[in-house]
Amino acid sequence: MNQRWLLPEQLEDLLPREAWALESARRALLDLFYSRGYELVAPPALEYMESLLTGSGQDADLITFKVVDQLSGRLLGLRADITPQVARIDAHRLDRSGVSRLSYAGNVYHALVAGAGASREPYQVGAELFGHPGIAADFEVQSLLLQALAELGVGDFVFDLGHVGIFRGLTQGLPAALVDDLLVAMRGKNIPRIDELTAGLSGELRAALRALPLLCGELDVLTQARAVLPALPEVHAALDQLAQAASRLAPHTRLEIDLAELRGYTYHSGMVFAVYAPGFPGAVARGGRYDAIGLAFGRARPATGFSIDLRDLLSVMPAPASVTCAWLPLDVTHQFAEDALAVQLAALRAQGMVVVVQLDAADQSPDPRCTLQLVAQHGALVAQALTL
Amino acid sequence: MSQPQTMTAPFTGITIALSKGRIFQDTRPLLAAAGIEPAADPECSRELIIGTNRADVRLVIVRASDVPTYVQYGAADLGVAGLDVLLEHGGDGLYQPLDLQIAKCRMMVAVPQGFDYQAAIGRGARLRVATKYIRTASEHFAAKGMHVDLIKLYGSMELAPLTGLGDAIVDLVSSGGTLRANNLEAVEHIRDISSRLIVNVAAWKLQRARIAPLLDIFQGAVQAA
Repeated sequence: MNQRWLLPEQLEDLLPREAWALESARRALLDLFYSRGYELVAPPALEYMESLLTGSGQDADLITFKVVDQLSGRLLGLRADITPQVARIDAHRLDRSGVSRLSYAGNVYHALVAGAGASREPYQVGAELFGHPGIAADFEVQSLLLQALAELGVGDFVFDLGHVGIFRGLTQGLPAALVDDLLVAMRGKNIPRIDELTAGLSGELRAALRALPLLCGELDVLTQARAVLPALPEVHAALDQLAQAASRLAPHTRLEIDLAELRGYTYHSGMVFAVYAPGFPGAVARGGRYDAIGLAFGRARPATGFSIDLRDLLSVMPAPASVTCAWLPLDVTHQFAEDALAVQLAALRAQGMVVVVQLDAADQSPDPRCTLQLVAQHGALVAQALTL
Repeated sequence: MSQPQTMTAPFTGITIALSKGRIFQDTRPLLAAAGIEPAADPECSRELIIGTNRADVRLVIVRASDVPTYVQYGAADLGVAGLDVLLEHGGDGLYQPLDLQIAKCRMMVAVPQGFDYQAAIGRGARLRVATKYIRTASEHFAAKGMHVDLIKLYGSMELAPLTGLGDAIVDLVSSGGTLRANNLEAVEHIRDISSRLIVNVAAWKLQRARIAPLLDIFQGAVQAA
């Protein structure tokens, strides 16, 4: 095999510029989350399959890379999503009864590509708020996401808001197989298919399910929805929550409401949201409420949060600020005592200058980013234009 | 990492993916209802990007089976694709809100005249089936509880049984003329096929002000037809 340089499909190297952009973005986001009280946790990349799949269903099984643990003989999976791991930490490892705020950053792995043009190794950064069932928690994570997007320089985006309670309320009592089929059709706004599937249902329910995919747009959608959808308590509770969240978000962002947005339906339990930006065929950030997962790990905990794939966003991130890079030639090094030189270099580097030291006489090629060279003047290091 | 729409970046309007032939011809009246007139006819033009009388709408002419891919990746915002093609594609990343009721035909199982299909099923024979529609065929036969060996072809399926390449074919049938001409007969109706309007998920969210009126007009035109 003469192609040892070849990488598997949908996996890539990040070269210096992109790698540094990703790292800078990661730091900025973790600092933002930390300053709002979100503590960093770092779960392992490998876990038992049973733990990884808890609460996340079959979709997650198919996209998870699997290996056999030679120590235990059990099946391990490479995490495809960090959120359930963090839910496990909250439910089981942190013995907190009140609110806990956690953040995380790390690679996740997808055996199958999750969307058009997606990497199989997304870099997931996110924040989750556990222990509060109220809408105040949803507000907090939603506004935190808006701040995170501002930090990343993602502009001109649409904040898409939905609520899984509407579909859940409407389909209560229907056979599970029918609900599964309806779910697929609803996600694809496949109205012809919904027509086929609802042929045997009551007129009111059929009309409601048929209307749902097109109940999307600005705030007036909620008024329309109240007129079209049956007055079920779960449906109205969901619409009330959406109205509150929408009026709160509308002044800060371009808002879209979509009542058929059912991504992650198997684990989400309330309000869900996603961010769409020009140039991306799918969502660039996703989140929502998932109150049922903690129970699967032994302790029911309300939960809401979001995550962003930083690798996906690399193409819109501003290039890292250009650095001042200076070359320190050998003959200049020799004019200083070792300790004195170290003190002076530390001072320059503390100002943000990158100083690259000539290794020996054979090393004649300064880093191409170097525009300056350091010279000795009156016992001090001074930067001049590079003249090599 | 996701691919930004570098190819379409300078164009900020709506891109509609269509295939030549029947779908293009049958979509024309729908576009006309929306006040959209193509600047050229793809049957006569070699251009693959065709402008329209509206500066914010353009058409891209692609192979029928590529329409869902263009729309899924956001290279086109809207498209018109046959249900046959959509079932093979799977529909990930697409919305399929409207049955345009055009390019209608049927997906059928066909065998050589005189071949007793029901008897072959009855004795549990493992049939070799030649088709372009692997996913549709495999789901259809699985639902019937039949084992089949599928042979992927890209065209002229009718030839397969005549040359011993397969026992049966799964193909689209309009008039049945091609089947008759090749001494084949349709023995099973899998499903009715028509073309659907498909929409990229992100385009739906970001360009709703442009897409929603088109959808309404198309829907009106379909109901009036």
